[in-house]
Order: sequence, then structure tokens, then C-alpha cells
Amino acid sequence: MVGLHVGMAAAKAQALVQGLHMVDADPAADLAALERLTIWALSQYSPVVATDPPDGIVMDTEGADHLQGGEELMLSGLVNRFRARGLPARAVIADTWGAAFGLARSMTAETKVIPAGKTADAVAQLPLSSLRFSAETIVSLRTLGFKTVGELAATPRAPLALRFGPEIGRRLDQMFGRVAEPIDPIRCPEIIEVHRAFAEPIGAAETIAKYVSRLVAALCLELQAKGLGVRRTDLIVHRVDNTIQALRAGTAKPVRDVAWLTKILHDRIEKIDPGFGIEKLSLAATMVEPLNDRQIVSSLVEATGIDITSLIDVLGNRGTHRIYRQAPVASDVPERSVQRISPVADEDGRTWPLTWPRPVRLMDRPELIEVIALLPDHPPVSFVWRGKRRRVKRADGPERIFGEWWQRTSEWTAVRDYFTVEDEAGERYWIYRSGDGVDPQTGSHRWFIHGMFA
Amino acid sequence: MVQTGANPIISDLRERIQHLGGTVARAKTVLPFGVREIDGRLPGGGLAYGAIHEFAGGGAGAINGAATALFVAGIAARTKGKVVWCLARPDLFAPALAQVGLHPDRVIYVEAIKEEFVLESCEEALRFGGLGAVVAETVRLPMVTSRRLQLAAEGSGTIGLVIRRWRRPTEAGDFGHPTAAASRWRISVLPSDPLPVPGVGRARWLAELIRVKAGESADFVIGACDDQGRISISSDAADGSGQTRRSLHSA
Repeated sequence: MVGLHVGMAAAKAQALVQGLHMVDADPAADLAALERLTIWALSQYSPVVATDPPDGIVMDTEGADHLQGGEELMLSGLVNRFRARGLPARAVIADTWGAAFGLARSMTAETKVIPAGKTADAVAQLPLSSLRFSAETIVSLRTLGFKTVGELAATPRAPLALRFGPEIGRRLDQMFGRVAEPIDPIRCPEIIEVHRAFAEPIGAAETIAKYVSRLVAALCLELQAKGLGVRRTDLIVHRVDNTIQALRAGTAKPVRDVAWLTKILHDRIEKIDPGFGIEKLSLAATMVEPLNDRQIVSSLVEATGIDITSLIDVLGNRGTHRIYRQAPVASDVPERSVQRISPVADEDGRTWPLTWPRPVRLMDRPELIEVIALLPDHPPVSFVWRGKRRRVKRADGPERIFGEWWQRTSEWTAVRDYFTVEDEAGERYWIYRSGDGVDPQTGSHRWFIHGMFA
Repeated sequence: MVQTGANPIISDLRERIQHLGGTVARAKTVLPFGVREIDGRLPGGGLAYGAIHEFAGGGAGAINGAATALFVAGIAARTKGKVVWCLARPDLFAPALAQVGLHPDRVIYVEAIKEEFVLESCEEALRFGGLGAVVAETVRLPMVTSRRLQLAAEGSGTIGLVIRRWRRPTEAGDFGHPTAAASRWRISVLPSDPLPVPGVGRARWLAELIRVKAGESADFVIGACDDQGRISISSDAADGSGQTRRSLHSA
């Protein structure tokens, strides 16, 4: 824009832009909208979410990012969803609330993940406004010559505290993680939640497991009364030192099965750090969907389609696996003929055309080989791959695959000629020549190996 | 089918010992290859359900594991139910599995972000029960882990198929270390069936049964899986029925 920025005088803005349309600020409506967004983020991203007025949302994503495919993917997905609604957003993951606050408000990139323990380096160059001081404190600090967080952090504390009070030290400590800054998570009344408070703090894994089982049973009873099944379950751990830890378990379908939910949560109890002890456990059904009663497997009914969703959930919640099925795509280009779909997607019975042989292993990147071959349409006599010369004893081909001109302009005339070749040892490879062997427009006429047959 | 040379008293005793061991609560069944020569060598007449079986490639196959993967896919295709395929290197090309009869709707891929997690997911899937087969592609299979897998498979009656796939040819010596697998196979590629015209015929493999519990090792030259996942002893595969290969042209 033409030099407009947040916080400038209205008269100045009108002088810059002719016919500028002015609307009165409505902080109450802004806050209400922010709260709606926060509740949405609670069901989507993390169990511990709070508004950070006037313009931020803060969440503790530890123990929940695996459901979105990791931290980077979660952030880019988040920003993209906002952008789709016309809202520019900045998202940062850092060790502390203070650091994330400052970085999100001063960076130009849309997303950033600060690795654990790298906070001090990341925030050194941030402006003073990142530290959440009052406006007059910032002005006074600027008068004293401070510009960045790094400069302020390197200054002795005592004189600053004498002049400005304890606020500066507190904010700096919060940013660098020397003082805890708990997030007070937002809750909405619709969420079904069960609690268990302990007279004496608990800490042993077996004890936690026991109470988690009881909470799951209680939650399932409540869900049953409402005819709901849960898609996202949050276990929120309140420790005696007033910090909150959260574990989020996601399921591929709505669930109300005590054993199933218990198993998913028990698998991850080891991730809980009880510290000095846990004084309260809460279990919340953050995302629910209607679930009607249905027949479970019984010895009277033959088990035809065994529902493997519970296995998928157990593996999916560990965060160490990607689970998918592969489905056909109508494309002749080998690498585009396969797409990954959700493991619980509908089974439509489609498969690939089984006309031509396809290799068992396909390289993600075809490797350049040197060949001796007669152009235009003979298979090679020999080829060198990874420094080893192989004589071709038998060969089949060519199978000509045209570029998909409707996909991109670089494939308007592209051609690949695929050959199946077998060397003396019986190893069978799938190699191709880029180009039809006559017209240089169709490709570079170099040869590549693309896969291995059995 | 009873092991060659075993008399009924011994097989009866073996059954009673197995019963005492508590490993077989259910009737133990096997998955036959449908090839007399191979099934005859295996106790019970096929690959046992509720056990893990180990497969490795020979030569370059120890690294790319292509023939091994297809051999295993053929076995998995002949089971009923879903197949969980645990892997860490996602270079498997699904259309090839469909060509040996393993429909894409049946296969669920569990891709571990690190090699170490492959066996963990494999164990979980074996324990689950109700799956047709569980396949794991892994570099390492230590004795302790293989026992865990074996126990998980025994508990649920699912067949576990472990593909050993190394990163370097020198590491393949690891296959000599003992594991708790019920049978161990090495699958190597052989030159394809000769055709009367130029072209690549039906692929042939050398399947070496290196070790089998209560059985003797043997070598077989087999024709690659057809579109139902069936293998055949190579000599009688000359008619090429059920093949999807073509041969149009060659130098």
C-alpha cells in the first residue's frame, strides 16, 4: 500500500489516499471474532489455546502437532487456511510464548519454527515492542538508546529495575523461558469434559494409567448419553507447579469405545512429565461427531470386513508413522499414476490398467545412464549405471509415453520411450529415453533408469 | 501334508508337544503355495499362519529387494483380508503389486519416519489380528525383536512376512544371524524364460529355502508370480498362461 500502517493518524492517511473509506473501530466485535477463531483452533490444532488480544492466538502445540503432520506442515496449513478466507496471518512456533509473540509480530515470512533451545539467537534482533511493555516504557527505553531485545538483555538488570520497576526483567525472563508463563486455555460450555482431582499429587506411570482408564470410561458414558463419538480427545495434565501439559489423541472415525480410547492414550503416557506431581487430570472431547449404535463383531455374525480403524489410530497417534493407501490416478506418466489417500477412504475397487509390466521399485528421481543404442527405436545394447557396465541380453519396448500437455507447457511435445531390459545376470530394469529418437523437440535424447523389475 | 519321512507316531508326539507348549490354541493352518514340490518341503504343506517368515534378496536384490517384494506380495495376495505393509523407504510402486493380484484397496502402507519404527508398527499390526498379512521391510531384525514379532503373530494367527533389505551389499552378511522366523528364504533373479521371439519372457527366480522349522532346506527355480500371486516351478511355466507380459520387439 501507499505508506499506510497500523496506528497512523486518520488525517494523515486521508492525505495519502484520496477518498479513503473510514470505518470506526469496533474492539468488542474484534474480540468476539477472535474468540470464535480461538474456539475453532481449539477443535483443530491443540488442546491448550487462548486468545492473545487484540490480534493474536496463542497455543501450546506440544503433543498435538503429530495429527497435522509435524510442526512445519501444521503452520503452513494454518496460514493457508487463513489466507483462503482473506486473512493474512503469521505463525511462529518457539519455546516460549514471549518469543513466539515477538517473532510473529515482526517477521516478514509467513511461518517460522524456532528449534528448541535456539530462542536466544532468534530474538536478539527483535525490536523492543516485541516485549509487551507499555507504550511509555518503550518510549523511555528508546530515549536511553535501546533498539533491540538483545541490547536490553545484555544490560545489567539492577539499574533498569530501579528506573522502570520489575516489569522489564519479568518480560525478558518470560521471553527467554526463565520464568514460566502458563497459558490459561479457553473452554466453551459445549465441550464434554471429565475431571479428576487428587488429594495427593500423583506421578507414577501406573497411577496415571489407572486414572486415565477411569476418565475414559466416564467420558464414554457421557458421550453415549448424547449419542456422540469423539474424533479428538485431549488429556490435560495440571501439575502442582501450575503448568499444564496436554496430549491430544485423534481418531480417523468417531469413537466411543472405552478399550480403544484407553489404548491410544496409554500408548502416550510416557510423554507426560509429571514433574513434582499431578494434581488434576481432565479429559475433554474437543471434537465430536454423531455416532449411532451398531453391531460389533459377534460370533453369530461372520466377520467379513474387519474394521481396522483402531489399528490405524493407534499407529497414527504415535507420530512416527504416515499411514496411507495408494490409489490410481488416470495418468500415463508413471510417477503421477499413484496418489496417496487416507487409509479409511472409500474402497471403490479401482485399480491400474494391468496391460503393461510395471516395476516393483520406482526411483523418485530417474538416474542418468550412459548407453550404446541404435536410434530411433531400438533398445540399448549395453548401459552403464552407477559405474557398472551391463550388457543387455533381452529387451522389450518401446512403450511410448507422451507428456501431459494439459498439465504444463514444458510437456507440450515431451515423449519418453520406455524399455524393459534384462542383463546377463537376469536383473531386469526399466529404462527410458527422453525424446522419440528423431525430433530434438521431444526431449534431450538422454537415457535414464527409472525402476527395477523383479 | 506331513513332513517327508516322518512317521505318524512322531507327528502325533509333535502335536502333543506343541499343545503342551501352549502356542497353538487354535487349529494351526498353513498357506500353501499350490506347488507340490515346494509345499512338500514345508511342514504342514505351506507357510504357517501365526508365524513370521523372513525373505531376503540375493545379489543386487539384497539392496533393491525387488524380487523379494514381489514374491512376498504374491503370498500376501493369496491371503484374505487387509494387508499392512510397513516400510521406511517408500519406493514401492503400487501398480506392480496390483499386477500380482494385490488390489490397492487391500494394502495399507505404514511408512515410518525412521527405520527403527518399522518393526514397532509391524508388531502392533501383527498383534491386532484380523489382517490377512503383515509385511515389514527392514534392515535389521535382531533375535529379540524377531521373537516379539513371532509371539505377536502366534497370539493373533496372522502371518508376518519380513523383507530384509540392506543399504550396502556388505551388510547383507547380517542374514546369517539367527532369528525366530519360522522359515527363511532368499529370492534371487534369474534370466527370464526364453521366448521364441526377441523379448523378455516370464521372470524366473531362484527361491532358496535356507531354513525352515521342522524341515529341510531346498532350492527351487520358480516362475514369477502371475496375476493371482501364484508361482510355479519353472519348467511347467512355458505356456505362459496368466501372464501380463508382452513381447513386441527387441534388438
